[in-house]
Amino acid sequence: MGWLSLAIWTPIVFGAVLLALGRESQAQLVRWIALIGSLISFLVTLPLYQGFRLGTPAMQFVEKTPWIPRFNVNYHLGVDGISVWFVLLTAFITIIVVIAGWEVIQRKVNQYMAAFLMLSGLMIGVFSALDGVLFYMFFEATLIPMYLIIGIWGGPNKIYAAFKFFLYTFLGSLLMLVAFIYLYMRSGGSFDVLTWQSLPLPGTAQTLLFFAFFAAFAVKVPMWPVHTWLPDVHVEAPTGGSAVLAAIMLKLGAYGFLRFSMPILPDASREWAWLMIALSLIAIIYIGVVALVQQDMKKLVAYSSVAHMGFVTLGFFVFNPLGVTGGLLQMIAHGFVSGAMFLCIGVLYDRVHSREISAYGGVANTMPRFAAFALLFFMANCGLPGTAGFVGEWTVILGAVQANFWIGLLAATALISGAAYTLWMFKRVYFGAVANDHVGEMKDINAREFLMLALLAVAVLWMGLYPKPFTDVMDASVANLLKQVAVSKLN
Amino acid sequence: MIDRFSWIAIYPEIVLLVMACVIALVDLLDKSQRRMPAYILSVLTLLGVAALTGMYASGGQTIYGFNGLVVSDPMANWLKCFAALAVLVGFVYGRTYVLERGMLRGAEWYVLNLLSLLGGFVLISANNFLLIYMGLECLTLASYALVALRRDHTVSVEAAMKYFVLGAMASGFLLYGMSMLYGATGTLDIGGVFKAVASGQIKHQVLVFGVVFVVAGLAFKFGAVPFHMWVPDVYQGAPTAVTLMIGSAPELAAFAMAIRLLVEGLLPLAFDWQQMLALLAIGSLLIGNLAAIAQTNLKRMLAYSTISHMGFVLLALMAGVIGGNALAAANAYSSAMFYVIVYVLTTLVSFGIILLLSREGFESEEIADFAGLNQRSPLYAGIMAMCLFSLAGVPPLVGFQAKLSVLQALISTGQAFYIGLAVYAVIMSLIGAFYYLRVIKVMYFDDPVSVAPIRAPLDMRAVLTVNGALLLILGLVPGALMALCAKAIVQMLVT
Repeated sequence: MGWLSLAIWTPIVFGAVLLALGRESQAQLVRWIALIGSLISFLVTLPLYQGFRLGTPAMQFVEKTPWIPRFNVNYHLGVDGISVWFVLLTAFITIIVVIAGWEVIQRKVNQYMAAFLMLSGLMIGVFSALDGVLFYMFFEATLIPMYLIIGIWGGPNKIYAAFKFFLYTFLGSLLMLVAFIYLYMRSGGSFDVLTWQSLPLPGTAQTLLFFAFFAAFAVKVPMWPVHTWLPDVHVEAPTGGSAVLAAIMLKLGAYGFLRFSMPILPDASREWAWLMIALSLIAIIYIGVVALVQQDMKKLVAYSSVAHMGFVTLGFFVFNPLGVTGGLLQMIAHGFVSGAMFLCIGVLYDRVHSREISAYGGVANTMPRFAAFALLFFMANCGLPGTAGFVGEWTVILGAVQANFWIGLLAATALISGAAYTLWMFKRVYFGAVANDHVGEMKDINAREFLMLALLAVAVLWMGLYPKPFTDVMDASVANLLKQVAVSKLN
Repeated sequence: MIDRFSWIAIYPEIVLLVMACVIALVDLLDKSQRRMPAYILSVLTLLGVAALTGMYASGGQTIYGFNGLVVSDPMANWLKCFAALAVLVGFVYGRTYVLERGMLRGAEWYVLNLLSLLGGFVLISANNFLLIYMGLECLTLASYALVALRRDHTVSVEAAMKYFVLGAMASGFLLYGMSMLYGATGTLDIGGVFKAVASGQIKHQVLVFGVVFVVAGLAFKFGAVPFHMWVPDVYQGAPTAVTLMIGSAPELAAFAMAIRLLVEGLLPLAFDWQQMLALLAIGSLLIGNLAAIAQTNLKRMLAYSTISHMGFVLLALMAGVIGGNALAAANAYSSAMFYVIVYVLTTLVSFGIILLLSREGFESEEIADFAGLNQRSPLYAGIMAMCLFSLAGVPPLVGFQAKLSVLQALISTGQAFYIGLAVYAVIMSLIGAFYYLRVIKVMYFDDPVSVAPIRAPLDMRAVLTVNGALLLILGLVPGALMALCAKAIVQMLVT
């Protein structure tokens, strides 16, 4: 069994063990097993980074065994510079989420922890699957735990949110399944993603497939105008659910563009790049303005996520190394930052049970340590140099300017709106006099919350100050990807 | 000439028939309430029959018996094996249910089910129009009686009446179609019909008339739109244990009947019947999925869901012959077979859970009765959730693999029309996902209305857990079952 299989199945097996521990009286035991499980799951991903060979775009840690012989489906795993960081990111965020749910979740603890651990394994599977059916299985299977997480531990309007989440994403992925089977037929009976990447395809087929993929991935990213599920879901999901959703699940869509749309359909990608760029710019500019007027903290961060993911897709579809690398960096940075922002909101919510900005004010007076962490993450969200948020946005803007000055200029306006909505929210929630008794009675973060925020703070600063480990890994794969996009597959 | 092989071919049927009679007789001596001897004998019989047919099937031989009247090939034997197991599982699930509802005054429950299975066996193996008809009647007559087994229950009796009237009409259709084909081809033998039609000497018009009626009869049995009216009423009205029985094993027999009639007999007319199946499938997917949304009764919802799943089976059946070329046939028909088997496996779980939750004087068949099941029993809520996700076609459960094979069969044809149908089918699956999710929502997100403990005998709990686990296991490693279907269908096509 290779390292990738271990990374996928360790959390899933731990999740299954937790499900077997049914009684509520065992809650404390369940929490510890979950924590140990998530730590081990993270540890087994480390060799993937350590043993990663730089300078080659080839797939590494490849595992391939026949799985469903009748359809020539293989259990085919592998990572390259594009995907390897997301495997680590997923396992890392899962630890944070387990810590975050430690005291907050009192009902059905074992199912909660099991859902997150299994979700973690499934998402790692998405990032490492190199077979269409395997990818689809992991991609879709993530819906089951997330649906239950939102529906069982969510807010008042959780049922609406859970259905919206499931059905919205299910439609997109079903169309993707049809596209996969079509590629299977065209390639003479292969579900291998790498084979598809070298498969010649006529223009019409490419366009249709491009939009089938678009349906799956754009909903997941989410891109404007199919982003409407995200604010609803974020508002209702429990803190851990929001964190995983923003930090990793959104990346599944963006990753899909890189792994499927661009290399398999280079001509359609180039032909429709204008559309992708336009939608990304709308997300960056328009959604940035929408975020400004939100009353609800979670909604605000959700809209900010849509705007930040706009940077990612913008970076991808300008087709230059800076843009794609920037998009990838932005994905990782956003994973840390948005996850941290949702956890910060969770910290406040646990104390006051409100997500309204107006319910707060002067939190910095009663929770100084917490406010310091929050300031760091908020600054990272508006792209302050030295934090992770800066690296991604800056590189994408450079890439965009290289492609077209005006696109770069429009994208850069996000730095203004991003700073506006983030800092304004910060001012209203944290600064000023203590607004009411609830805020006055708030206790500062305890050791557990300190630990979880500190881990993320280290990650945010590390990536902001020294992004080289990230870019080094990506370079070869990004260059290879761009080479594939540049070559026409029309025959 | 009746040779030794003829008898070997029908051993399973002989065993079933003899044992059904023995059980009826033994039961006369049994004065107890629970009728355990009949139960144990039935279970042993079914185990034996399943083992026998499984052995035949893995032997891989095709035997024609009684001058081509019956055929015993791997496809038939696997279907028989699975049908026997399905009835066995039904006996285990339904044991306490039928006892508590006074359906065990005699051993009719066991004997009628065995006879119905016998009819299914005959149908599966039949290679002759008359034998098909005989098997079908044996199957359905026993089913009518089963639906009416709760004599004092008005709804059940009404359902039985409806089932009988509509079923008789369907049989009439089928018989009429067969008689037309007989008139045109001069033979009742399916192989003979195939040869006569393939020769091209026969007037096409007459044949098409015959095909229309045959397809209508089949559509009745499948419950395809617009011949689906009986399905919701019978599913809802019949006692749940009986619903389980008519929703599982007979579907396997109906599939075999469709293969024997349409593929083995009328393949040269594929162009005609494929168009009819396309219409039936489109209608079934639409009506089945849309009507299921409006249901509050779980059994009725599952009935509409059955209609939509049969739409998928029909889609697979029509993807076999493209432009007169039967190259894709094995692929398409084995996908259909896989889909039917998976469907039966999933149906057993869903009705098994309904039976588990019902107790004396309380039918747990409203969706609302499932509220908060996760808090009452995480295990059974988990099994039911897997079953529903499987029906919705969400990976990694086996229902996804079934949908994948059918979609693959459709798209592999490379024809725009078939690819369009595949897209249509997945959009309909999305609608389907909604009503399955709603049941999961009730089980997981709502608070329980009843805190009555879930009590069930050990055998039922064990079988139900294994049955539920199979949905996941077969979803993860479907290769063996798929290969089994493919091999059986290929052999059916070449002989």
